[in-house]
Amino acid sequence: MANDKPNQPQDESRRRFLKYSGTALGGVVLGGVIGGLVGSNLKQTEKETAPEPGKSGTAPENKDYNQALMFFNQDQFLTAEAAAERLFPKDDLGPGAKELGVAFFIDHQMASAFGTNARDYMQPPYYKAEATQGYQLVFKRRELIALGLDAMNQYSNTKYQKPFVEIAPEEQDAVLTAFETDKTEIKDVPSSNFFAMFLNLTLEGAYADPLYGGNRNMAGWKMRNFPGNQMSYTDYIEKEEFVKLEPLSLHDHLELG
Amino acid sequence: MATKLPKVPVVIVGMGWVGGIIASELTKAGISVVGLERGKSRDTQDYYHVHDELRYASRYELMQDLSKETVSFRNTMKMRALPMRTYGSFLLGEGLGGAGVHWNGQYYRFLPYDFEIYSKTVERYGKKKIPENMTIRDWGITYEELEPYFVKYEQMAGISGETELPPNIGKMSKPFATGPMKKSPGMKLFEDAAKKLGYHPYVIPSANLSEPYKNPDGVERAPCQYCGYCERFGCEYGAKADPVVTVLPVAKQTGKLDLRMHSNVTQIIHDGKKATGVTYVHTPTGEEYTQPADIVILAGYLFTNVRLLLLSKLGKPYNPETDTGAVGRNYAYQVNGASTSAFYEDREFNLAMGAGALGSSIDDFNGDNFDHSDLKFLHGANIRFTQTGLRPIQYQPVPAGTPKWGAEFKKATIHNSNRVLSVAGQGASMPNRYHYLDLDPEYKDAFGQPLIRMTFDFEDQDRELVKFIAQKTKEIADQMGGTKTEIHDSIKQYNIVPYQSTHNTGGTIMGSDPKTSVVNNYLQMWDAENVFICGASNFPHNSGYNPTATVGALAYRTAEGVQKYLDKGGSLV
Repeated sequence: MANDKPNQPQDESRRRFLKYSGTALGGVVLGGVIGGLVGSNLKQTEKETAPEPGKSGTAPENKDYNQALMFFNQDQFLTAEAAAERLFPKDDLGPGAKELGVAFFIDHQMASAFGTNARDYMQPPYYKAEATQGYQLVFKRRELIALGLDAMNQYSNTKYQKPFVEIAPEEQDAVLTAFETDKTEIKDVPSSNFFAMFLNLTLEGAYADPLYGGNRNMAGWKMRNFPGNQMSYTDYIEKEEFVKLEPLSLHDHLELG
Repeated sequence: MATKLPKVPVVIVGMGWVGGIIASELTKAGISVVGLERGKSRDTQDYYHVHDELRYASRYELMQDLSKETVSFRNTMKMRALPMRTYGSFLLGEGLGGAGVHWNGQYYRFLPYDFEIYSKTVERYGKKKIPENMTIRDWGITYEELEPYFVKYEQMAGISGETELPPNIGKMSKPFATGPMKKSPGMKLFEDAAKKLGYHPYVIPSANLSEPYKNPDGVERAPCQYCGYCERFGCEYGAKADPVVTVLPVAKQTGKLDLRMHSNVTQIIHDGKKATGVTYVHTPTGEEYTQPADIVILAGYLFTNVRLLLLSKLGKPYNPETDTGAVGRNYAYQVNGASTSAFYEDREFNLAMGAGALGSSIDDFNGDNFDHSDLKFLHGANIRFTQTGLRPIQYQPVPAGTPKWGAEFKKATIHNSNRVLSVAGQGASMPNRYHYLDLDPEYKDAFGQPLIRMTFDFEDQDRELVKFIAQKTKEIADQMGGTKTEIHDSIKQYNIVPYQSTHNTGGTIMGSDPKTSVVNNYLQMWDAENVFICGASNFPHNSGYNPTATVGALAYRTAEGVQKYLDKGGSLV
């Protein structure tokens, strides 16, 4: 079942929410539904016009000034983009990592608290761990990713006399496999650590909310028929048939000042 | 030098479910309470942009900051414990509401068998049935004694469930507060298959409200929208019962709760017989305060409860070599890993939709509901199909043998994203003499105090349980009309890397023997009568269920105990 009003599901789901929560809104609300949420719902329903082309939900034709680098150098960016594309390639189902902006996503993540392991326990001492004890490296994520991308280029230069971005796709896969299976190492760190982290980042970049720089135009979600950020599925949860909804992002849910 | 504050009747450490319930009950009775919470404040307004898988599920927005404090871990006493540097196996909550904010809302009362597991096992199979080093014991309280407290929690939280429940689980004196959740097609397939096999399926009791509800305290909440963002997320509707939308507003409204955020308790002050208060650090300023109190209540997650006792040298630390002492004993977990996936080539399901506690389950192979005479394990698992809302970063469904990346991987994950239903067992975890918690000799937290150290592994009991339960999941999944099924029936060593469950239990266990348990059945500490400790840290073992129902019931029991103690003092048993 396709949604018959792809441009307005946001308001519909909000109305549905208001309908179902009616009794709570009428009474003394100690917990639960709060004023801010309700207030913005009401405001939103007043401007029920469909978004103009070029706004959220459709491909912007202009430059995206958010697409620039916060952490990678130019080579690292291009290597990340090419490597991520092999892990999550464009095919007849839809775009690959490059088109989805995955390399921008990874760059931005490396510049964030996640890249510097800000919320991880990083106190010494560091010992060699059993596999059951998890990540025990003194390297921060951004250091491992940057060194790993450099190492892939070096490996590629040594083996194919060309940087990673210039070798054939099959050769790129061979380099990635070498890193995945610890056929090389990065400053004494098993290369599989880098590979696993990079693969994870690639999938995150394909499927995280577009606000983080990947999953461009929600194309990752569209391929999977993932509806993104919807307010309510109360009307669909019992349905036998598959319900295909136009996805919504967090941007669609933001009240702009 | 710490600033000494005026004495109060009651101080509670931790403002999650346990702290919230006790604060609510005591303040309603007119007793003044100071609530100390080390994290920040929260309310539903904070979840306006909560449908963000990356931020909440992958980056652990609601969880404890591990850079300040974590847990160290080893499988056996022969290994060196190393710190859990990043999240994996389980997630530690922090902030107002604690882990009660990021739960799924699956609500199961433990079985009558659980509370008398030792006696009932010996009665049916003889002492020899219990393997060496398996330290199961009766809890010092029966299901019947705890029953009224389950009812209190259910009415407060508005637990949704069926009126008629199978005969193989504990009897209820009062039906659930609201009707069951809606049934998705996957739930119907599971229930039909289970019934065909002669089992007793029922809709999982849920703290995600099925209908609008006003609880006995006058708190009104809206129903669940099946939006698919529960576990690891807060509920923007307040539909999922959590302390912030249920008990804490009630406590606040009495004017008797002095709630202090960013207050990290570092020490229980005591003279060996009684506590006189606690010391805490106000984290934004680093200022240290002493809060004197007549009664100290530990209401943290189990690691906090155990660690505070050990750091404060209160109670007798457990020694696995000599099998003496109590604090840190019987750490247990959850034994997952038994499951079967049913693949459907001919249809797709709305698997992005769901609720944390949406699903159906059976208890025909849980507890002692089946004959263990010829089996090499005790207890069992609740077997269920759940539809909690599958999200695209963390859910990458592929049939066995699919490459881990590249074109084939992409195609398989996209093709299968709405085509797999999984039937899984949530296995009970039996305690073992060598599974315990103590202080780490090397690693420290941000205040320079030792981390808690966990020594834990899976045993033959767990591997046998998984093998058996997996066959049962396959039996059911095979009847669910899929194109093919794939069974997962083995677990190896316990590994702290992959996420498994945030159902960690034990360490301050309850019981009737002051030598080997930390608290009596009012959750009052044997070694310090004005200290109460409550949470899953009280469980002598973990059942084949989610723990919150039993934690909630114990919290109501504690609140009653505290009031009794304020009236007459002394040991309550």
